Amino acid sequence: MKRQQFDYISLPYLLIAPQLAIIMIFFVWPAAQAIYQSFMLEDPFGLSSQFAGFDNFREVLSSAHYATSAVFTLVFSALVAFLSMAIALLLAVKADGIIHGQSAYKIMLTWVYAVAPAVAGMIGTFLFDRSIGSLNHLLNATGWPFNPQLDVFDASFTVILVSVWKQVSVNFIYFLAGLQSIPRAVREAALIDCRNGFRRFWTVTLPLLAPTGFFVLVINITYAFFDTFGVIDTMTRGAPGGGTATLVYKVYQDGFLGADLGGSSAQSVILMILVLALTVVQFRVLEKRIHY
Amino acid sequence: MKATKTLLAAAAGLAMLGAGAAHAATEITFWHAMGGGLGETVNAIAKDFNASQSEYKLTPIYKGGYEETMTAGIAAFRANEAPNIIQIFDAGAATIINAKGAVYPVAKLLNENGVPFHAEDYIAGVRYFYADSKGDMIGMPFNSSTPVLYYNKDALAKAGVEPPKTWEEFETIAPKLKAAGYIALSQSHTPWIFSENFHSRHNLQMANENNGFDGVATEIKYNNEHMRMHFSKAREWQQAGYFGYYGTKWGDNQKPFIDQEVAMWLGSSGSFGGLKSAAKFDFGTTNLPYWNSITKGEDYTTFIGGAALFAFSGKDKAQNEGVAQFFKFLTKPETQFFWHKETGYVPITNAAYTLAKESGYYKDEPDAEVGIQQLNLKSAEWNKGYRLGYYVQIREVMNREYDQIFAGTKSVEDAFAAIEDGSNKLLARFAKTVQ
Repeated sequence: MKRQQFDYISLPYLLIAPQLAIIMIFFVWPAAQAIYQSFMLEDPFGLSSQFAGFDNFREVLSSAHYATSAVFTLVFSALVAFLSMAIALLLAVKADGIIHGQSAYKIMLTWVYAVAPAVAGMIGTFLFDRSIGSLNHLLNATGWPFNPQLDVFDASFTVILVSVWKQVSVNFIYFLAGLQSIPRAVREAALIDCRNGFRRFWTVTLPLLAPTGFFVLVINITYAFFDTFGVIDTMTRGAPGGGTATLVYKVYQDGFLGADLGGSSAQSVILMILVLALTVVQFRVLEKRIHY
Repeated sequence: MKATKTLLAAAAGLAMLGAGAAHAATEITFWHAMGGGLGETVNAIAKDFNASQSEYKLTPIYKGGYEETMTAGIAAFRANEAPNIIQIFDAGAATIINAKGAVYPVAKLLNENGVPFHAEDYIAGVRYFYADSKGDMIGMPFNSSTPVLYYNKDALAKAGVEPPKTWEEFETIAPKLKAAGYIALSQSHTPWIFSENFHSRHNLQMANENNGFDGVATEIKYNNEHMRMHFSKAREWQQAGYFGYYGTKWGDNQKPFIDQEVAMWLGSSGSFGGLKSAAKFDFGTTNLPYWNSITKGEDYTTFIGGAALFAFSGKDKAQNEGVAQFFKFLTKPETQFFWHKETGYVPITNAAYTLAKESGYYKDEPDAEVGIQQLNLKSAEWNKGYRLGYYVQIREVMNREYDQIFAGTKSVEDAFAAIEDGSNKLLARFAKTVQ
């Protein structure tokens, strides 16, 4: 095979320069700034600053509330990612099996995708409002003394429900596309070999869907970590008792609302490390089990 | 974080460029946090100011909520794009006042630009909140309000009771209100009403260093027997069905009063206008109750919440003159009376208050006067207010712990120990940043 080669060494660099510049300005530079700030103690107006060593990190990590927030983030993210993927997969398999009116189902399941997280949060706020919320009344009518303003479990339930609802449609699109890309011949062969639908799904469809599943898992964890910010900000603002503040929401509270730059930078650096570790695990450990 | 702020500042800069047209007048920018109807009133005042003279043109720009406005101002200052005037709320006051050289103190600004300033012209409750320990104002009080008690007249008549002056009285009427089918009380903003103003109303010290006025405070005094007693009582009232706690959000606690589920509500004197249109029943206003057992019969003043206007330093002389002229216009009795009538915030000067009284406004609306009367009550050592760093986060700590007290998941003692610990850590951090 003929090797493609540019005549001038500098041309390829010139061609990727805009992309590199964007990465530098919007990703590398802010990340470097965050790392720099996390070691500094600075007044909000930037009039005086001093090197603080690991003080910011020590204070963040020794705070009991940060630990609560970290546990909540892990439980919340795991539940959101798992539930939204499981429901989407179920819906995709069912929609894929329908012969008549398939497009109607597809459209109905997809259009939630167009709802912005903050709008989803507003819808959730109305549904769970104490006086006008229909879901609030419904849950209270079942005998559950449902009170998301005071009970952390109830509040977590509402933000998880809305976050999952918001994400199911995206997952559905990917899973359906994944299912439809499985060759018809393979499916027919499986149908002949095995009559048990569940086993067929488990041993043939699911492994073939694994690359899609892996991709969806990655975007869902990112979603649960970062994009649920809008839902939390509009619905609970971390209340009650700070029990629904994810780590990302805390960075916003301390840095953007509280003007504590060093502390919130230290938190973002911890998040960066966490995400880096998660990415390594995903691609080094999980991806090895996937066959494309 | 910093990138966001730089972008914000850039956007702010663009907005300023857009506002500046080919006009000979000196441009003055004013960033504020007054949305909706309040924003329209701010625009009306700016329009009147611009029409009243031709040398300066003031452009008010809405920057979002109090916290967002403060962050935008900080970002703009760091990028050397600060506006001339910025509105900063009570909890952010320490942040901007402790930023050495960031602010041109209002008293100095007025005196140096030919507008005489006398602290005594301002009503007692607003005179010192944004002043230094010598009593010279650093920020110009703008939208000032104070916590008052609103009561549903029908509900109280049905129960055959009078609005309470003290918490002791409240304890005697609450069972009667319950018998009449009401939850006796709810309140919005626990840190502001049940904590900060609790200290003022009972003349209790809130923090060391003279509540933060004499220096950078490092020690909060919330974990005292009176606060613990009050919250233990409030928790008992809640369990007995006399007190409703509906979370930390302002509206969540106001709504049950509007829905006539709750008979009395502690809110802001600035809520008066909004309540007038939202409530479908006759309501009255009276002073924030106090514990007779603590004050021994003394009726101390509360202090203000809301926000003040700060002038950024480093602006050229013509602009500073314009800011001084605007402040002069803003504190004119007519302007203040207009602002007071439109919004429900208190008029900040004695002259404006006199004008409102003379105009007969309080004959028609006696309840609109309650906040001002309360601010003119007896003041003593600890009613001036407070100045504490990272106070936005301290309020967050308080909200977190109060939620847990009223959810019954934490004892009052543990919650106040946590508030003391969390707040003191934040104060210590803040003290280090301003060294």
